[in-house]
Amino acid sequence: MSALKITKGESIKRFVANNLVPLLFLLICIFGIPLSGYSANYLISEVIVRISRNAFLIISLLIPIMAGMGLNFGMTLGAMAGQIGLIYISDWGVVGIPGMVLAAIISTPISILLGWWCGKILNMAKGREMVTSYIIGFFMNGIYQLVVLYGMGSLIPVRSPSLVLPRGYGIRNTVNLAGIRKSLDSLLTIKLFGITFPIATVAIIALLCFFILWFKKTKLGQDMRAVGQDMEVARAAGIQVERTRIVSIIISTVLAGYGMIIYLQNIGTLNTYNSHSQIGMFSVAALLVGGASVAKANIRNVFLGVILFHLMFIISPMAGKNLIGQAQLGEYFRVFVSYGVITVSLVLYEIRKKREQGYEGARLAAEQKESK
Amino acid sequence: MTRIRDLIRHFGLPRIIIGLFLLLLFLVAPFVGVKVSTSLSDTLNRFGMNCVLVLAMVPMIHSGCGLNFGLPLGIISGLLGATISMECQFTGMTSFLMAIVFATPFALLLGWGYGQLLNKVKGGEMMIATYVGFSSVAFMCMMWLLLPFKNPTMVWGYSGSGLRTTISTEGYYLHILNDFLSIKLNEHLTIPTGMLLFFALLAFIMWAFLHTKTGTAMTAVGSNPVFARASGISVDRIRTLSVIMSTWLGAVGILVYQQSFGFIQLYMGPFYMALPAVSAILIGGASVNKASITNVVIGTFLFQGILTMTPSVMNSVIHTDMSEVIRIVVSNGMILYALTRKTEATR
Repeated sequence: MSALKITKGESIKRFVANNLVPLLFLLICIFGIPLSGYSANYLISEVIVRISRNAFLIISLLIPIMAGMGLNFGMTLGAMAGQIGLIYISDWGVVGIPGMVLAAIISTPISILLGWWCGKILNMAKGREMVTSYIIGFFMNGIYQLVVLYGMGSLIPVRSPSLVLPRGYGIRNTVNLAGIRKSLDSLLTIKLFGITFPIATVAIIALLCFFILWFKKTKLGQDMRAVGQDMEVARAAGIQVERTRIVSIIISTVLAGYGMIIYLQNIGTLNTYNSHSQIGMFSVAALLVGGASVAKANIRNVFLGVILFHLMFIISPMAGKNLIGQAQLGEYFRVFVSYGVITVSLVLYEIRKKREQGYEGARLAAEQKESK
Repeated sequence: MTRIRDLIRHFGLPRIIIGLFLLLLFLVAPFVGVKVSTSLSDTLNRFGMNCVLVLAMVPMIHSGCGLNFGLPLGIISGLLGATISMECQFTGMTSFLMAIVFATPFALLLGWGYGQLLNKVKGGEMMIATYVGFSSVAFMCMMWLLLPFKNPTMVWGYSGSGLRTTISTEGYYLHILNDFLSIKLNEHLTIPTGMLLFFALLAFIMWAFLHTKTGTAMTAVGSNPVFARASGISVDRIRTLSVIMSTWLGAVGILVYQQSFGFIQLYMGPFYMALPAVSAILIGGASVNKASITNVVIGTFLFQGILTMTPSVMNSVIHTDMSEVIRIVVSNGMILYALTRKTEATR
């Protein structure tokens, strides 16, 4: 009887240890919501907007995690490709859903190319994919600026003068996406209790979720999981490890490109040189808040993460203002929490990995002793 | 032919390309109306400003902790030292020295904690270091608002509380090292002797330290931790020591930077300061787990040289300022190159 009790206590302890980050966030939100003074209706509708805006982007992170490549900070590459697509449809004046589809079509080959390149580099840096993909994001940001700020309008033709800087080349700092603004979100909406649900966007996200679930069961998906478990074993089993890893990054990049288009149609303006830079960080943070780790993430983590992370994001400036009298403090607080969450999750993951390795070692030693 | 190839391999292709590019910039400069002496003076100045920050990379690379992307932690200690010293109204050389004195306990404490953390996550140091740096900067953003500083030159004028985003070091320790024994060769070319001497002193101490018993142990831990443990070295202690040294050098480095730059940058200022230092040492020929003082000197000179020369020369040639893009591509390209080199990684 007592033994059972201990396991129960242990299981609670284990549950807390495994879900430390989401629980911490739940606590912040529980304390923060009354402090912020927002109504439940407002919060729910805001959260729904954030889910429809961000979920697609975050889901794009799942496949590289499956392939054991950690959090793909290189998703900014896809975001850049999506933005280039959006710049072009604004230039050509294609509006509404056709505009979004066209932007997605333009972004796809760019994403594939960038993803392939990113995957190649990550294959050269096995074991430190995350930091490498993170630097790749920075590096490509330089190339993106070179192309968009100096190339577009001079080497690459851009017709519409409203897009180009007054000096004659380079895209303006902000591009107005009035043509496709909320075109997907307002395609099909339902109003319940004064809260608007963007059915079309949600349907697309649901479709993507089903795709991910289906993909896990395909041959390629299984290969990826095998590669994620152990590269050497996978190679011995006849899986082309390098190729599988590249494919996982390509899929992630392409999805991130589409995600960025959905994200920006909701926002309505494109900050040409800033929109993509924060996306990787916020998506990763949201996924980790949902209880994902570097090695394991699923769709549940995505939605829990979006809700908790963005709830914190919405309430913290107001809570900071009401608590200390400075909204600025709340702003800094949410930046701190975003980075802090990533730090804590990465540390916990590394510690857990080490502990498991230690356990595995001890088990092996014990087995060897027994066989003697 | 083979000799040339050996030389290239020894020196590293990227370093040669960057060196030639810098040389080309210096050669082109007079023809497009850029004064070489001014550029040289600027390059020297910026070299002096940044080299201590780059030097801060050395201990952690030596002990196998990888590139110190967590440099902002050291910078924060330095900022705390600087602001406390100014709050106490020290002026001149005393204010600079007191800033170092005040920064030291923070650097030791933060460095110790950071070292303990990195010991728990061996193998994943770099990613975690990056985020430790980021989250500490974000945390200090809140602290700068809340800490009870009173000096009117530092706090916001209208509210009387919360530090300003940039604080001038004028009247405190502006150019305190720059002007020390500085040599004015002509109107445009000044050598900031004091700053270079200060760096030389720190670099010498570092060099000497790496040749002591503990320093050799640090190198051993970096090149083969298993072997190091077998020969009776406490790996974790040496690693912590190296992290503390890196953090302290980061703190001193930012003070040297500020006294020349003239401003203390708070809030998001230190956010991306690790990246230029990391890429500078890599351009100097260091790798993820091997670095020397020579790497620091060459790397800082090349990197800062390019940063100084590209805007002026490019502006005169094609009338656009592409320096920012070139900086991003060169510095991050260099880090990528270092991260993907296999042979070095499994040394």
